[in-house]
Amino acid sequence: MQTDYRNRERRRRAAWIAFLILPPLAIMLTFVVWPLLSALSAAFYRWDGMAQGEFIGLKNFADVLFGEHFAVLTWRAFRHNLFVFFALFVVQNSVGFLLAWFIYREPFGFRFHRVAIFMPVILSTVLVGFLWKLFLDPNFGLINQFLDMAGLGNLRQPWLGQETTALPALVLANAWHWVGFPALVYLAGIQRIPREILEAAKLDGCNGWQMLTRVVWPLVTPSTTITLTLLFIGAFNWFELPYIMAGLDGSPYGSTDVLGLYFYRTAFGNQSAGLQDFGHGNALAVLMFMFIAAVATVITQYLRKREIAL
Amino acid sequence: MLAGIQTKSIVRRTLGKLALTLFAAATAFAAPAKAEDLTLWSWRQEDKAAYAKFIAAFRKQHPDINVKFEAFEAANYNTVLSTALAGGTGPDIVQVRAYGTLGVGKPDYLVPLDKAMIPEFANFPDSAIAAETMRADGKLYAVPFASQTMLIIYNKELFEKAGVTPPNTWDELVSVSKTLKEKGINPFGNGTATAWQNETIVGALLSSQIGKQFEQDVLAGKADFTDARFVGALTKLNEIKDYFAPNFSGVDYAASQQLFAAGRAAMFAGGSFEIANFLRQNPKLKLGLFASPVAKAGDPRLVALYYDGGYAINAASKNKDAALKFLRFLGTPEFGTAFSNDLQNISPIKGVAFENPLLKEVAALNQSAMSYIMLVNFRYQEPTGSVLLQSGVQKMLAGKATPAEVGAEITKGIATYYAPFKK
Repeated sequence: MQTDYRNRERRRRAAWIAFLILPPLAIMLTFVVWPLLSALSAAFYRWDGMAQGEFIGLKNFADVLFGEHFAVLTWRAFRHNLFVFFALFVVQNSVGFLLAWFIYREPFGFRFHRVAIFMPVILSTVLVGFLWKLFLDPNFGLINQFLDMAGLGNLRQPWLGQETTALPALVLANAWHWVGFPALVYLAGIQRIPREILEAAKLDGCNGWQMLTRVVWPLVTPSTTITLTLLFIGAFNWFELPYIMAGLDGSPYGSTDVLGLYFYRTAFGNQSAGLQDFGHGNALAVLMFMFIAAVATVITQYLRKREIAL
Repeated sequence: MLAGIQTKSIVRRTLGKLALTLFAAATAFAAPAKAEDLTLWSWRQEDKAAYAKFIAAFRKQHPDINVKFEAFEAANYNTVLSTALAGGTGPDIVQVRAYGTLGVGKPDYLVPLDKAMIPEFANFPDSAIAAETMRADGKLYAVPFASQTMLIIYNKELFEKAGVTPPNTWDELVSVSKTLKEKGINPFGNGTATAWQNETIVGALLSSQIGKQFEQDVLAGKADFTDARFVGALTKLNEIKDYFAPNFSGVDYAASQQLFAAGRAAMFAGGSFEIANFLRQNPKLKLGLFASPVAKAGDPRLVALYYDGGYAINAASKNKDAALKFLRFLGTPEFGTAFSNDLQNISPIKGVAFENPLLKEVAALNQSAMSYIMLVNFRYQEPTGSVLLQSGVQKMLAGKATPAEVGAEITKGIATYYAPFKK
């Protein structure tokens, strides 16, 4: 009687677990695992546009990494992604950290600032892209007009039209859009630091800068792990903002070309210039995925270790 | 008891309805599609109403054939179409792109056509026929529908205000631009921040200097893009860049269109497709057109021309005879006239009567045309001629490359797949 009841209970439990797990598992398999595997397999074939050709092994991978035409573009895009990652680390994450510290100290109107800093994060990238494209317009954009008003008219630039300023301008627009996210994560991190530690540091004669760099920064390492990993993934998957502001070709002449644009252009074709090439496009996508997954794992592992060490 | 009867009757009624619906659905599936029902796939959703008119006109001659127009989003059209064709399905009549693989991938998916099957091909210029010929097998697969022309559109009122007339030679273009600028009018609205605009600028402004002979020599393997005719034309373009929109390197396509449409620039080097655009934005504009200026008086004046696409028959279609009848209709001047006037597009069919005087003018300019060289000849493998030309010219106009370097870079890129350029 007793075991019967237990068995029934166990079966009910198993059914309940299956009921909860199977639907999401099915969705994951259909919409995540299967597309990933099919992209992987497609990368091993020759493609005429959308029409699949014969199996060619690793040729697509070799082409995009070392091939005459592809390699230059691949490595250029990769260098741009690296630049974007480091630049965003400085102007997005570090500024986010400073803003968090600023808000944590609850200056006048901090409630307003807390909302204001996070506000752009909820805007859509399309909106932010168009907005900043208008701001940066060389003839009637806000930035150049502002420079004029400040008496700095000779600093006027066609920001998105020249090699030297186009990618930094995109980084800036991205930082404006996203800075609220690291700020929020860091704020939560700082708020978790026990008050006694900060008070003790103050009693020991820490000045503001020492407090920030020697006490607060090391203690928010878990927040850094999160923001840095997400920033890395975001920087190497960067697509929407450059697509809206610089176009599929990474205008001007490829100086804003990043892996996301390059992959899209290769796989799906640029209506006004290029062709569809699924094989090379998929090879690029697979390489990007492997690279991002590998590095993100290493970053997380390394920073987690540091968290424990501290 | 009463309640029971009621429930029963409701159940019976519902079941009856269900059975009826099922029966209707079953017959709809089971009934063989009428032999004369054709489907036509297109990427032009905005043309639905116009096609309803064209199809009605066709049905006056062939009341037994019905054509159903189905449109897909332009950006996904090629994907949807090639997937359907690869699966042996798809419509009877396919709107296909021009050049290369016509956007369908392989020749096997379409029915090859010739003049015996469609005598109306005689109504088309050779360049239109060539546009719908597949590169892989050199066979003709579609009846062409529209051409686009690269030329210079100008604002008549601003020209009058500055006291200038449309130029014939390049030197005249330079002096017209100079006069306009002195009178405080931007000569060109063009900017270069959008990559593909650089290709249209070259086609619109330089065709007369590049010339048909150069194109023939390139296709015959006798010349490449380091040729003096091509590099010389780029040099001329480089010399007039100061007459483009202020800070042109940062002015994108939309901003350059606005400059011209708002009457803040006198000329726009672009495609005939801009005309409708400009007039929609500013119906008060008085527009004029001219072909690219010549190097010296007496040289032939040329516009650059390409075709948008055509109508083909699906090889898997069960109604090929009816489809052929419809394709023949699409090659007649009556259709060309309706197409041009309803859609404000230029049909390449000879004998079309244009209502819009500007379109009529474009059609007249088309009589002396070379092809829009990269799109027509070098867009079948990466790096395409278009990709190379666009970034090269963008770089040159930004002052970061010389015309000779651009020519060499284009030649080097195309040489990776075009045998005559391999040395």
